[in-house]
Amino acid sequence: MSYEQNLVLFEALKHERSWTLEGYRQFGGYQAWEKILREQTPREKIIDEVKASGLRGRGGAAFPMGVKWSFMPRSSPLQKYAVCNSDESEPGTCHDREILRYNPHSVIEGMAIGGYAMTATVGYNYIRGEFLAEPIPRFEAALAEAYSAGLLGKNILGSGVDFDLHTFIGAGAYICGEETALLESLEGKPGKPRFKPPFPASFGLFGKPTTINNTQSFASVPTIMRKGAAWFAGLGPVNSGGTIIFSVSGHVEKPGNFELPMGVPFKDLMALAGGIWKGRKLKAVIPGGSSCPVVPADVIWETNMDYDSMKKAGSSIGTGAVIVMDETTCMVRALERLARFYMSESCGQCTPCREGTGWLDRMLKRIIAGEGRSEDLGLLLDVANRIEGHTICALGDAAAWPVQSFLKHFRDEFQYMIEHKGRSIVGQSTTLDGQPAVAA
Amino acid sequence: MSDDTVNIEVNGVALKARKGQMIMQVTDPAQIYIPRFCYHDKLTVAANCRMCLVEVEKAPKPLPACATPVTEGMKVFTKSPKAVAAQRATMEFLLINHPLDCPICDQGGECELQDLALGFGRDISRFNERKRVVKDKNLGSLVSTDMTRCIHCTRCVRFGAEIQGYPQMGTTGRGEHMEVGTYIEHSVDHELSANIIDLCPVGALNNKPFRYHARAWEMTQSALVSPHDAFGTNLYAHVLRGKLMRMVPRENEAVNETWIADRDRFGFEGMYSSDRVAQPMLRIDGALKVVDWEVALTAAAEGLQSAIKAHGAAAAGFLTSPLATVEELYLLAQIARGLKCPNIDHRLRQLDFRAQENEAGFPNLGVAIADVERLEGVLIVGSNLRHEMPMLAHRIRKAAVKGAAKVGFLNPRRFEYMFPVAGYVVSETDMVKELTALVHAAAGLAGRPVPQGVAGASVTESHRSVVGALCNGTRRAVILGTLAQRHPAYSVLKALSAALADLCSASMGLITEGANAAGAYLAGAVPHREPGGAPAAAVGLSARAMMESALKAYVLFGGIDPANDLAAESAALDKSDLVVVISTHLPDSLRAAAHVVLPIGSFAETSGTYVSSEGRWQSWSGAAKLPGESRPGWKVLRVLANLLNLHGVDYDSSEEIRDALKVLCGKRVEAERSALRGAIPDGNTPQGAWVDIPPYQSDVLVRGSDALAKTKDGRLTRSVL
Repeated sequence: MSYEQNLVLFEALKHERSWTLEGYRQFGGYQAWEKILREQTPREKIIDEVKASGLRGRGGAAFPMGVKWSFMPRSSPLQKYAVCNSDESEPGTCHDREILRYNPHSVIEGMAIGGYAMTATVGYNYIRGEFLAEPIPRFEAALAEAYSAGLLGKNILGSGVDFDLHTFIGAGAYICGEETALLESLEGKPGKPRFKPPFPASFGLFGKPTTINNTQSFASVPTIMRKGAAWFAGLGPVNSGGTIIFSVSGHVEKPGNFELPMGVPFKDLMALAGGIWKGRKLKAVIPGGSSCPVVPADVIWETNMDYDSMKKAGSSIGTGAVIVMDETTCMVRALERLARFYMSESCGQCTPCREGTGWLDRMLKRIIAGEGRSEDLGLLLDVANRIEGHTICALGDAAAWPVQSFLKHFRDEFQYMIEHKGRSIVGQSTTLDGQPAVAA
Repeated sequence: MSDDTVNIEVNGVALKARKGQMIMQVTDPAQIYIPRFCYHDKLTVAANCRMCLVEVEKAPKPLPACATPVTEGMKVFTKSPKAVAAQRATMEFLLINHPLDCPICDQGGECELQDLALGFGRDISRFNERKRVVKDKNLGSLVSTDMTRCIHCTRCVRFGAEIQGYPQMGTTGRGEHMEVGTYIEHSVDHELSANIIDLCPVGALNNKPFRYHARAWEMTQSALVSPHDAFGTNLYAHVLRGKLMRMVPRENEAVNETWIADRDRFGFEGMYSSDRVAQPMLRIDGALKVVDWEVALTAAAEGLQSAIKAHGAAAAGFLTSPLATVEELYLLAQIARGLKCPNIDHRLRQLDFRAQENEAGFPNLGVAIADVERLEGVLIVGSNLRHEMPMLAHRIRKAAVKGAAKVGFLNPRRFEYMFPVAGYVVSETDMVKELTALVHAAAGLAGRPVPQGVAGASVTESHRSVVGALCNGTRRAVILGTLAQRHPAYSVLKALSAALADLCSASMGLITEGANAAGAYLAGAVPHREPGGAPAAAVGLSARAMMESALKAYVLFGGIDPANDLAAESAALDKSDLVVVISTHLPDSLRAAAHVVLPIGSFAETSGTYVSSEGRWQSWSGAAKLPGESRPGWKVLRVLANLLNLHGVDYDSSEEIRDALKVLCGKRVEAERSALRGAIPDGNTPQGAWVDIPPYQSDVLVRGSDALAKTKDGRLTRSVL
């Protein structure tokens, strides 16, 4: 097997100083945007092109991007907004950071094209506060370059098209990656998701029609415009067009970001990542960021990394963050680490998530502390089931799915720990933090 | 069927709904109950409690009934296994961190969480971890907090932002650590703020003065009407063994909706203040001595008779508080007129009585309360609106924020309003001049001549903006407040306001002092009107003139405190031969002057009727036990009338008195909203001070409320602007 890597987003990595305007121009930067401005491409055509490309939202929900764009009421006289979600905080995910570092202009161009197609004249890029060191300055510098090159602003290149783009720096809340919480935060309020309907396309930022897309999604748009929808769609299998960046972390020899066509077999991805750490045996993989159900080794090993295959395997592509766990991983501790995350990141607005996430974590902590009871496993599952589908946003589901899947596939490990007063089934285990897991 | 109608099916029953309605808004009127905590009819939808999850056909997940819009053909199941499982799940989550301290919680017995836990909770908790504890907040003297009990429904938060107009409560922290509070510690100071007590579905926010005093199920509930302003706010009194323990709102969509002002809730405390009188008293050898009723009543009757015999009927004067009931006022007017004495008045704080013959049948708001929020142009003249009539301020805010109204003010000072103000003219020194300029601006806008008698004026942009606001849309109102009524140039302000209203095709209304000024006019407790509202043949002295005339005998009825309630100097009382005090309270300022004290019941201890500012007659039948020997005012007056050998007062019940007066009032019983019209009074326009009476100093009852005295507004003193 050999795959052509870095075809779309990381094409930037092949070029000198790709984050500058000059660097970006080396690989076709702003050609698409300038062509659209020159030819006044019909908006419908751009949206159809994105639809045909098969590009699905890379933020985790995988909603077809062109379809989302078509929801915008383009003839509405209201101010409309295009918002980019760079609040990348799904555990295990780190590709938007690299796009902002090495290919920020692609995000700007993608947003400008999106704004034009949806008649949104103002855009915001909501970037997570933790990116203050490098990604934000790189994006800001690119923004300034684009403005001074006349590629943004009013009456861009004499075309009569307006698009203003602003950076907004978040304060590090996971929940602000949820699109409506992001809008609240952008409006200066606490990041608490809104209930839907109304959907952002009708009542979004400041109550105006708004479309929110992920960084990777926007950044893919210029290449689609340049090379055509068919080319992009043809890179992957049916229903999974284009390339995706896999952020591979955990027990592999060479963790990192890998941009690959959709649908590569998992085992090939592992080969690219240098194989399992220290030649150990694979135990399980969370294939799409911490919110996705865990998949046991034997199943994932035979699965291709595309939307449909992963669904069949009982999980999802999510954000493309592949978390690899080898045989030494204690699944109880791993789950507790995830549960703790959702407990701290719950916004506290709605009941099941506010109360349930803490309950889950406390039970898991108690099991690890050797105080587990036989009825706890049923209760864990029951609490997770009672959170799932009952909350305003998907954080509740995200907190429930790991619990359900861990218990489904690794119930024996939990059972063992309860019966052995906190001793893990794996002899020498480490937590996800890398701490030696000593039985309490 | 209009395009607006949507057909849905709930639990197999076909229902019609309007497009855009939420499921809950359809099921509630249809008497299909869906459990809820965060949803409240008067607040925006938060959908955060998740108690109202119901099953909707074709929806993969249970949906919140409060936030799910109806669609054609939608099939909703509120009691299906899936719906009930979701509701039970939410209840379990709500209870795991709730302290379940119902035995020591004031909310116990009237708690929405308790009630719903009975239907949706488990008998034994599956939660074996430690419960959350939350530090209590100090919100001031009105609202107690037990924040560990909070279920984060955010009703109190939304109340602040949406009803009050500024967010006094908010949430801080995230997840389990989310807390409801004020962030920086401060008291809740809005005039409606204590409504969060009723909004809170659990025992987190409770009535602080009432704390630990009674359980909900021990008390009896009686309907009352608020005595603190003429809005006619409907109340329920909760009474334990004869003692009034607390007030809660009585829902009336046409009047107070579901809210009451803090004054309505805590003002009753004054019923039990230390200057309350409970025994009849008579001045014997220079000192007030407790006597029995017969002695006191005989002394009062004989004293009055001999004073009139010696000095004539015009040497007597009857003053009544506007807190008195219609029945009491009517009997008092019958006594005064039976004695051929025309000197009777309730307008204790008014100074200028010129042109009183031009007044409407009774002072009124000029617009039905329920219509206030539909007004489009409003001008408020001389009113500290939020203090004078908090619930009216709320309605006007609704008109300005949710409706289309533009609201302008002409005031001696800039007061704070929590809604967009379209124009504000401030004049401390010469409001007559400013009002004249507004009349000129209005005449200019209407293309009509300036009415006769109106002086010249220079019109500025700010005058035009205020008149422009008033002339917005077609539903317009000019409302004159009590600041204006206390001013020495009131009659001029009133006539100019009426002229302005006329030029702008607006209704003209008044905010009156006390709860029952309208009732007092109709009952004949004014010197220029007979009971029933007909003009009096002989016009008597006004309250001010009575004080300035050094009469030989005074009857003071209701809770009058000369130091606080009279605009004029009260030295005449001290020099008078006879001062009969028929009152709930005997304030210090009256103690030296009173010769006879006849203790009567307060509004909550007698049956009675108030006529509100919109002409609404509201009767009640008493709630609390009379203290000591005191008797209902109407009974005392009836016996006094008998002792004075007056006829036609042999009533057996307060209802008989009311009905007799209603017959006299004839058509005026209907809400008469005829505007004040008439010429501008001749003569000079006296300059004088603006008397701003703080909201918690307005009457004898609120002045006795400790809880209100400790609030921010409670620390305000009577000020002269």
